[in-house]
Amino acid sequence: MLHELLVAPFVDYEFMRRALIGAVALSISGCPLGVFLILRRMSLAGDALSHAILPGAAIGYLACGLSLPAMTFGGLVAGLAVAVASSAAARWTALREDASLAAFYLVSLALGVALVSLKGSNVDLLHVLFGSVLALDDATLIFLAAIASVTLTALALAYRALALDTFDPLFARRASPLGEWIPFAFLALVVLNLVAGFHALGTLMAVGIIMLPAASARLWTRDLTMTLPLAAAIGVASSYFGLVLSFHSGLAAGPVIILVAGAAYFASLIFGQTGGVVRLWRPKRHLEG
Amino acid sequence: MSAAGSIRLDNVTLGYERRPAVHHLTGVVEAGAALAICGPNGAGKSTLLKGLAGLLAPIGGRIVWDGFSPRDIAYLPQSAEIDHAFPIDVLDFVSMGAMRRIGLFGRIGGEERARIATAIASVGLEGFEDRQIGTLSGGQMQRALFARLLVEDSPIILLDEPFGAIDAKTIDDLVTIMAGWREERRTVIAILHELDLARRAFPQALLLAREPVFWGPTREALSDSRLAEANRMVEAFNRDAEDCRRDETPHAA
Repeated sequence: MLHELLVAPFVDYEFMRRALIGAVALSISGCPLGVFLILRRMSLAGDALSHAILPGAAIGYLACGLSLPAMTFGGLVAGLAVAVASSAAARWTALREDASLAAFYLVSLALGVALVSLKGSNVDLLHVLFGSVLALDDATLIFLAAIASVTLTALALAYRALALDTFDPLFARRASPLGEWIPFAFLALVVLNLVAGFHALGTLMAVGIIMLPAASARLWTRDLTMTLPLAAAIGVASSYFGLVLSFHSGLAAGPVIILVAGAAYFASLIFGQTGGVVRLWRPKRHLEG
Repeated sequence: MSAAGSIRLDNVTLGYERRPAVHHLTGVVEAGAALAICGPNGAGKSTLLKGLAGLLAPIGGRIVWDGFSPRDIAYLPQSAEIDHAFPIDVLDFVSMGAMRRIGLFGRIGGEERARIATAIASVGLEGFEDRQIGTLSGGQMQRALFARLLVEDSPIILLDEPFGAIDAKTIDDLVTIMAGWREERRTVIAILHELDLARRAFPQALLLAREPVFWGPTREALSDSRLAEANRMVEAFNRDAEDCRRDETPHAA
């Protein structure tokens, strides 16, 4: 019975296995980045960047149809351009990073949808907005895995630098000439993962798998070295149960994955050990000293 | 001419978006000097300190660091500028001070570990190594910041209101550490609201009210009449200021 419910879909159908692998790769690399986005108070920047990818991907689509390299390239260029522009603006002008992000993302979304509708059908539009996690081909899977590998390697190597820059950017800048470049490198990683997420979950859902598990993990532990793997674990679990649920219910896979991640978030809000509602209302007995 | 290790201010104007916070300041902080920067709120003290640390480029005049880079300066920010909610413990926080020597990617070796342990001990935070900084009291946080400065081991130390809102015992301990820096001939520049402390521990003072009111021996700088003058000058700040017509070129050396 349990086997049929939880395992059989993946044994019986290759597209389910592919979807699982793709979503797991996304979660493992994206969720730790989400933790840093939250700590940097850039939760909304992730949203804006994911929308900024859309016009670029749409131009790639206009030129070459639903082609992985063309849409990836277009998305990367557009995302990186916006990332560099916004963090340069924050770094060198009086504007704060979040100042123009709302405008950015609305304009980008409108532009992207307009560009796709220029040529494509509603099916293509749905693909762009909500992804196609159940139709990942070999090339896309390898692409997702490669981005996850690059991201995890970079995080492992630059963990201390990134944590330092997140906590005290002025200090990081003075401690090393490389300090100036940490925010840009970080945003580049975020854009990479958003482009990956774009293929699997679509532009509207990609940022969900990055932010929701990260927000949940923050509610369970204050230790950063625990938060990062916990976020990834919540992301992986959301992907798995989301796929299972979508398989049995017939609901669209991408949104269901995000819904499960959302459910995990609300559960964390209520039961989380650090900052959850229950803990705030009924704190443990205070310590002796 | 000034000796190596000094900071020279040449008709410096610092500010944000054309609005000057520090107006036409000229002077020299010699190597090994102890300078208190005093003045009312809004006098431009923090802005000046950021300029001295190389964190804010002057909009007029120039700042010359003689024989060193502003990166070599250790800088203690105001407590409010630190994200106390960030998940980092005291040990990691103090270890940040070693970053300039080991780089962003280098290993923290035995020598650095010893230095970090000594710093934590000398500010009296032994046993707090595993505590998250968010759980520290104001005084303990200030001790941790001083420990980070000790690990930085910099010849020039800038302090932005190091003694704001902390108790007498903590102030005493931290002043002792500061006295140690003076004996080691380090340059110490501190923004202070505690005027008695400034008179006691700092031979030189700069009284600032957007413009320098007086820069020299502390007792003269912090006389009642000059303090009153500084208050008046800040209050008279002009909302509809026009373009400044004063000479922008640095004075001839």
